[in-house]
Amino acid sequence: MSTDQAGKTTALSGWGRFPVVEARESTFADESELRTILQEMNGGIARGLGRAYGDSALAGHVVSTRLYRRMLSFDGTSGLLHAQSGVSIADLLKVFVPRGWFPPVVPGTKYVTLGGAAAADIHGKNHHADSSFGAHIRGLRLMDGQGNIIDCSANDREDVFNSAVGGMGLAGVILDMTLQMQKVESAWITQHIELLPDLDAVIKAFERNAQTRYSVAWIDCLARGNKTGRSVLITGEHAQPDELPRAAQARPLASPPTRRLAFPFTMPAFMLNRISATLFNSLYFRLNSMKRGRSVVPYEPFFFPLDGIHNWNRAYGPQGFLQYQFVLPRGEEDALRLIIERISTSDSAPFLTVLKLFGPGRKTPLSFPLEGFTLALDFPRQPALFGLLDELDQITAQHGGRVYLCKDARLSAHNFRHMYPEHAAFAARRRVLDPNGTFNSLQSQRLGL
Amino acid sequence: MAHVLILGGRSDIGLAFAHICAHNGHEVCLAARRPERLADDVRDIATRYQVHAETREFDAEDSGGHADWFNQLDQTPDIVLYAAGYLGDVEQATKDNAELERIMQVNARGAMTILEAAVRAMEHRGSGTIIGISSVAGERGRKSNYHYGAAKAALTTFLSGLRNRLSGTGIHVITVKPGFVATRMLQGMQTPAALTATPERCAADMYRAVQRGRDVVYSTWHWRYVMAVIRNIPERLFKKMSI
Repeated sequence: MSTDQAGKTTALSGWGRFPVVEARESTFADESELRTILQEMNGGIARGLGRAYGDSALAGHVVSTRLYRRMLSFDGTSGLLHAQSGVSIADLLKVFVPRGWFPPVVPGTKYVTLGGAAAADIHGKNHHADSSFGAHIRGLRLMDGQGNIIDCSANDREDVFNSAVGGMGLAGVILDMTLQMQKVESAWITQHIELLPDLDAVIKAFERNAQTRYSVAWIDCLARGNKTGRSVLITGEHAQPDELPRAAQARPLASPPTRRLAFPFTMPAFMLNRISATLFNSLYFRLNSMKRGRSVVPYEPFFFPLDGIHNWNRAYGPQGFLQYQFVLPRGEEDALRLIIERISTSDSAPFLTVLKLFGPGRKTPLSFPLEGFTLALDFPRQPALFGLLDELDQITAQHGGRVYLCKDARLSAHNFRHMYPEHAAFAARRRVLDPNGTFNSLQSQRLGL
Repeated sequence: MAHVLILGGRSDIGLAFAHICAHNGHEVCLAARRPERLADDVRDIATRYQVHAETREFDAEDSGGHADWFNQLDQTPDIVLYAAGYLGDVEQATKDNAELERIMQVNARGAMTILEAAVRAMEHRGSGTIIGISSVAGERGRKSNYHYGAAKAALTTFLSGLRNRLSGTGIHVITVKPGFVATRMLQGMQTPAALTATPERCAADMYRAVQRGRDVVYSTWHWRYVMAVIRNIPERLFKKMSI
């Protein structure tokens, strides 16, 4: 029984609430149901929990992995997990942290599916140490556009594997995967917070912390002059049981209860301007300067600070927001400075800006990470913003950098081709896996993929 | 640790209930007409909760075989949930007896025959919990699903009488009346978001009813009041309404 309903559509958007499209959504509980759906799909895309910010998982017809989320097996000796693509990072944490296992890579929210994590080849605060999500997938099964199921891994049908990982769902629907989990001794993180006065200082601090497992910096993109690039660097390691607060030592793998708030309304647009953004950034800087130094914290607030606030995307008002994330190769730090200066003097005020140093990238044609600094910003959506981002695309492309597709809703096909030189190789593989154009997203059409 | 038998294990609410039971350390058996389609769900439950889970073939439409089916179980379950349900097509049921009979069989007659068998085994032991998933649709006939509603009304009355008979025996009977639940059964229907529960929520309400020894639960609780209103609309008005 296929569970999709001909004709019925709902308004659908990414996490940035822009753009919004009328889409038909199908669900499947097993392979045969998916195959039936794909037979009548003509330019649709798989969708998990909808955390891609822009239009990567948007199309007139989306196939949701919501009902395809079973954990098929787990080997408690090797840490190998076999799970379907609709299983979320949140599911993994709930089930496996109490048993002493942690996902190999987690993004800034736990509400992403394994399928989405693989398709966007996501990274976390440990990219410099552990690479991206795809590096920890030992094998996966992909259903291509014709309903064929292909078993692949980095050693077997590598071409298919590399099109599925980082392929933004355009090569097919990832059915299930074998993932290498990592052993942890506690549900806590030993965190270190350091304030850095400017961009040079934070760049050096990242280099100094190359051996630390997790590192990320929040950077004040509104500070100007000699404060340009002032940052709060947050680093961390999984804590050993004897480092925990005394009360937690008896059950080191138990997660302390966390409060979950909801953002109760959509922020009125007039509240989102340069003044409120400056205020927000100064406040954040001040709060963190009080938390400076070493502390031991539960893993949830360390990895997923915004998950504590349900629907936080409403804070960006009725217009929604745009996330913009780019990476520049190592050695292009001057271009990074140029971009930060350009933003700090622009009319568009980013609220939350995150800087991180990536380790080497992988061989997958559309994977985002490459060795160098990456900056992620969120801007309330305002008309002037699009011009600024086009300018930043130009600078990024000129210096050998690229923007992150799973956050994008507006990159041009021209800039995309510059940024992802292997796009043609990807397109060629895709034509083999999906000759009839079963898969397409609004993004792939915009980028001419 | 209890042993939980779910009849109609492929129903969304039944499966969600299996997850909650397993999460609380209970063994589960998912019984369905095509158990092979539940193989991955059983692996999922065993992987997530580290408890024993299994499937078994069960046909809600085979009332004649229900007594034997129950007798060949290795052990008498502590909790038996009847989650099989068939909404059917109201148009078709007006002209096709087979559709009408299937609606009555899956929702009412099949439940009675298998639950009577379960009760016989539980009476022998002197304890157990029976849960039947009925529906708010059984409280008043509406043109959109009155065959289904009639079958659920029969199930509600059956469970009520069974509860009355077993009072004081150690066997507890729970009637669950879900309103709108976002399951495959309702896929494609427009239902008001505020009154539409997830299968997980409905299963959580059921599990709480078991723990607290409740008799009749609406899921979600709002439906108790919604249905109080709907039951009290005078028939001369109700017959002209489209709800």
